[in-house]
Amino acid sequence: MDKSYNAVMSRKNEIMKKALGIDYDKYKISEISFDYEMMMDDVGYSINEIADIQKQSKVGNTPLYYLSNITKLVRKYAAKGKGAKIYLKDEAANASGSFKARRASLSVYEALKKGYKGVIAATSGNYGAAVASQAAMRGLKCIIIQEVFDSKYIGQPEIVEKSRICDAMGAEVIMSSVGPELFYSLLSALEDTGYFNASLYTPYSIAGIETLGWEIVNQIRKLEGRDPDYIVVTHAGGGNITGTARGALKYKLEFKPLNNTEFIACSVDLTGLHMASDIDFNKKSFTTGHTGFGVPFAQWPDRADTPRNAARPLRYMDKYLTVTQGEVFYATEMLAALEGIERGPAGNTSLAGAINLAMNLDQDAIVVVQETEYTGAGKHPQAQLSFAQNNGIEILRGKPEDSINGKNIILPRNLSDFQYKEIDLQKLKISYLENLVANFPKVKMLEEDFEFLSNDINEDPKWIKEQIFNILIKMKEK
Amino acid sequence: MIKKGEWVKIEKILLKPEERTAKLPEETKKVPYVVHVNGYLQNDAEIGDEVTILSRIGRLHTGKLIEVKPSFKHNFGDFIQHLVDINIELKKELEEINEIQQRG
Repeated sequence: MDKSYNAVMSRKNEIMKKALGIDYDKYKISEISFDYEMMMDDVGYSINEIADIQKQSKVGNTPLYYLSNITKLVRKYAAKGKGAKIYLKDEAANASGSFKARRASLSVYEALKKGYKGVIAATSGNYGAAVASQAAMRGLKCIIIQEVFDSKYIGQPEIVEKSRICDAMGAEVIMSSVGPELFYSLLSALEDTGYFNASLYTPYSIAGIETLGWEIVNQIRKLEGRDPDYIVVTHAGGGNITGTARGALKYKLEFKPLNNTEFIACSVDLTGLHMASDIDFNKKSFTTGHTGFGVPFAQWPDRADTPRNAARPLRYMDKYLTVTQGEVFYATEMLAALEGIERGPAGNTSLAGAINLAMNLDQDAIVVVQETEYTGAGKHPQAQLSFAQNNGIEILRGKPEDSINGKNIILPRNLSDFQYKEIDLQKLKISYLENLVANFPKVKMLEEDFEFLSNDINEDPKWIKEQIFNILIKMKEK
Repeated sequence: MIKKGEWVKIEKILLKPEERTAKLPEETKKVPYVVHVNGYLQNDAEIGDEVTILSRIGRLHTGKLIEVKPSFKHNFGDFIQHLVDINIELKKELEEINEIQQRG
């Protein structure tokens, strides 16, 4: 068989169909629209059933801690009467050390049920460890494809650690140089093996996270007698906020909502660093949870390795904050110094956002930081900062907002230096619509398309029509 | 000579620079797209030879032999003064808050 790049890419659709066991055509409404809820319903398990499957495989029921000391410190810097209570969902307690175990659990269970002999995932994140861990438990073979090193064979310590843990769980790790051709490696491996594509973006992967949102609302109700006001979610590919919000909303629907809950996405700002650059690759101190994934996946979810992406962040995002690398490292140090729990930096992105958010909220408000990840060699502020320093990046103290990605990392002097930025959701939604027009240039839009879009970006159909009209006018002018 | 049965790392060039067609920055376009895989060496060989390996899950891969007994070298990094400072400052701040609260 011809295994050249073009030949493999041209067989993409048939390879994917075989490797996912999902017929996406079933959900098609038009060229543009598909029935998202029907696709999610076809996962076929209730939240309780998913929780049972996860319990079998050492996932879920993670502790929720009140961060009393961090809350105290936040109140020192907040205006009088301000400084919300901060809770932390300790997702590092899952089998593979992150919330990604929830995503992998259902996928690997499904792969086994459908008779696949193994699973494959292409990811440089904690998801690789999660799939490898679940596959180890279920007796399936596992291949993890990771972008690990630059053209000088140097790997960011965080990613190297992620290769190591996959290795430790017994997966075959295919470590690649920098480039989006990772997708070609994935297709090629799926074709060679006939294994299941445990993609991050299948309905199983998203449904697996719903238990996380469900548990948070349940735990906060038991402790506080009300619902969380804000759940802050580290945002990259969009699955985390989608699944968490869906689960929280399901709980609130089942047991009646007590008060409103907003879902806040938070990413590390990596503006200025190109994701496919061989040079910029090792200038990032964060390999996930950053704007390099967070922004494009919000602007167009269907750039994923599945025909339709089950992670659709704009449906659920109430706000989108960005924080700097320096703030996340500082928050990571805070968690260790004040709360006595040491966790990996990337997972603390939402903690940095929550600390800043809480400062502006009333003291009786409840903010939940929705994840943590394991720490260890490589996945540690000192490993990251000294690697950055060796790559010519200056480490300073000061106002993180003055930092320039790739040149320096500015660690706050104290909490008064924390200053998140907010990404304008309306602008993101317009970019989504621009991508829509670019992807379907000749398609005449139908009434059901506007209904789909209205759900998909959580906007009024009338506003959507106006924006599309404006986009088309701008295109004609060009 | 490296003996058959040793745990080794190979490199496969999947795309030469001129074969990379994806939308890429210049610096990425001018280098090949390569992958590394570890496994048991299937025949005696020397570094740089084209060899076959058997991976952890029993798959055969062919590529250039680049390392014997590959291991992970990542660690907790070199000393960073700022992190020590931040840790001490934060504890001091909390101590002060607690003292003020105790005094009422």
